[in-house]
Amino acid sequence: MEEILNIKNLTKAYDDIVVLEQVNLTVHKGEVVVIVGPSGCGKSTLLRCINAFEEIREGTVSLCGETINPCREKLNKVRERIGMVFQSYDLFPHKTVLQNMTLAPVKVKKANKKDAEQEALALLERIGLSTKKDSYPRQLSGGQKQRVAIVRALMMHPEVLLLDEITAALDPEMVREVLDVVINLAKEGRTMVIVTHELAFARAVADRMVFIDCGRIVEEGTPEEFFENPKTDRLRKFLDSFSY
Amino acid sequence: MGFEVLFKGSNMLRLLSGLGVALRISLVSVLISIGAGLVLGSLMTVKKPVINVLSKIYLEFFRIMPQMVLLFLVYFGTTKVLGVNMSAETASVIVFSLWGTAEMSDLVRGALKGIPTAQYESSYALGLNVRQTYIHIIIPQIIRRMLPLSINLVTRMIKTTGIVMMIGIVEILKVGQQIIEANRKTSPDAAFGVFATIFVLYFLVCWPISILSKHLEKKWES
Amino acid sequence: MDTDVLISYLPGYAEAFFLTVRIGLIGIAISFVLGIVSAFCIYFKIPVLRRVFNAYIEIFRNTPLLVQLFFIYFGLPKIGIAISAEVCGALGLGLLGGSYMAEGFRSGLDAVALSQTESALALGMTKSGLFFHVILPEAFTLSVPAIVANVIFLLKETSVFSAISLMDLMFTAKDLIGLYYNTTEALFLLVVFYIVMLLPVSIIGGIVEKKVRYKMFGN
Repeated sequence: MEEILNIKNLTKAYDDIVVLEQVNLTVHKGEVVVIVGPSGCGKSTLLRCINAFEEIREGTVSLCGETINPCREKLNKVRERIGMVFQSYDLFPHKTVLQNMTLAPVKVKKANKKDAEQEALALLERIGLSTKKDSYPRQLSGGQKQRVAIVRALMMHPEVLLLDEITAALDPEMVREVLDVVINLAKEGRTMVIVTHELAFARAVADRMVFIDCGRIVEEGTPEEFFENPKTDRLRKFLDSFSY
Repeated sequence: MGFEVLFKGSNMLRLLSGLGVALRISLVSVLISIGAGLVLGSLMTVKKPVINVLSKIYLEFFRIMPQMVLLFLVYFGTTKVLGVNMSAETASVIVFSLWGTAEMSDLVRGALKGIPTAQYESSYALGLNVRQTYIHIIIPQIIRRMLPLSINLVTRMIKTTGIVMMIGIVEILKVGQQIIEANRKTSPDAAFGVFATIFVLYFLVCWPISILSKHLEKKWES
Repeated sequence: MDTDVLISYLPGYAEAFFLTVRIGLIGIAISFVLGIVSAFCIYFKIPVLRRVFNAYIEIFRNTPLLVQLFFIYFGLPKIGIAISAEVCGALGLGLLGGSYMAEGFRSGLDAVALSQTESALALGMTKSGLFFHVILPEAFTLSVPAIVANVIFLLKETSVFSAISLMDLMFTAKDLIGLYYNTTEALFLLVVFYIVMLLPVSIIGGIVEKKVRYKMFGN
């Protein structure tokens, strides 16, 4: 299978504090990798390193065989090909839903505005928000905002989609509608790297689970072995902390 | 009650053109303040101790120093120290611009600080470069946050321009005094009519602007 | 700069300084009273008075103090209302300040969170108890930044008093420049005296604001 993302010996540190240590991870085309771990374990930092929002100390990150080199000019080019959705507040408040979605394709990819709008409408249709195309973000619920943020990222036709705790800031009743969108994307065969605290969702969507603790990958495997037969104590403890 | 002098000859017209002088000075100063304020305000968000300390002193000085004092400093001070003979109007524009820049830069700094990092990051994540991010994402949001407040600054400037008569600029109050003086014999009560008219004229200029500013603030809230 | 000249000017400036501060403080006191009264009338929607005070606020917020002073000092005597320059200064400053203070208090009152009032009512407080023990203290605290800004603004505005021939700091400076041409010394003392007047207010105001914010929001 074609290799989309390859992380080799990645080490990230703030001054003396090592946040990620010797992380190795490969993501293949169409694969959904879900990263879990305790708060502050470095899982969000790992996603941010992929997109070069964080400088790395050692190691390499490569996209489709090309090493991502954190020098500014090329970064835009790389980021065009990596979609990323954050915890919250990332829709542009002064633009409508449609404008939010077409901005990057038109300005960055120089796509035709009409085509971009058509594509955006089709995507909105699929997530059931086509009536909101001219709404401003402040008129949407948190769940609706996140759904728009996801399809906005899709507008750039990314090779891989990074989702960073996209439901963490949502009210519980809105989590479902957002995760449904992600599950549908997984069914379509999108390549995704997901950081989440929703273990049931993780199990449903993942092709491969990764457990990070204290900046290291402690365990990885298929969802079945991961949840049924955790090999390490640390993972077992982590999973136990979620059940009553 | 002294209103009749206003209908004598071109008196009303003179009064209005006096108001025009005040408006011209404030408009020019506001434009300069917006430009310079944007630059200084952006500079202030940079984490450089020297810039931070200097801008802090600048802001504080202009925050507490009455505009009239500044006007005297620039108008009389420059002549004395630099030997430059500056026109009263130039001095006024310099003072109002320095003051306006201080006010504006503080607004710009506040607006910039108020924009969450997520806005920058999600823009970069979509592949927009730094320039595109500022043009399409950051600056439009800053303008929305600042516009009502900068319109407010316009009325504050207009309200302050009256003081330029103190360094000899013939604006509306000065024209008013001249009219009162010239008609001392025929209309001894002119002071009431003329100053009441000036009062109303200022109100008619500033009130609509205040309403516009309030309206925009409500519209762009949240 | 000539120190002998500076020293010889000092008494004149000191006298003008105290005059400015005195009229400024009286004006600020008037503005507090006027501001609170108008804010209450508007907040409680008292008929007629609410309209009167609303009109007052709009008129005085949208005209310059200098024009207000000219009208009161030179205009009003022509219809039989004559007052001294000092009273005129304090009154003018008070009227102007009242309109600004009213806005500050009013937005403070409006900003008191609805949930606060609801939880107080749920605790069984009476409406008037609610107003005096919950809403008022909180509204006042919320208005502190506006009050501080207004006090500084009003003290700065005193600089136009010289236009109605009050012998304040500006008047003294202008007089000395005109009489002796010692511009540098006259201007230097002018700046120094205004700094002495306003810097402490600005600094103390900043500290009060911080304390109040800490008390309310804990940061």
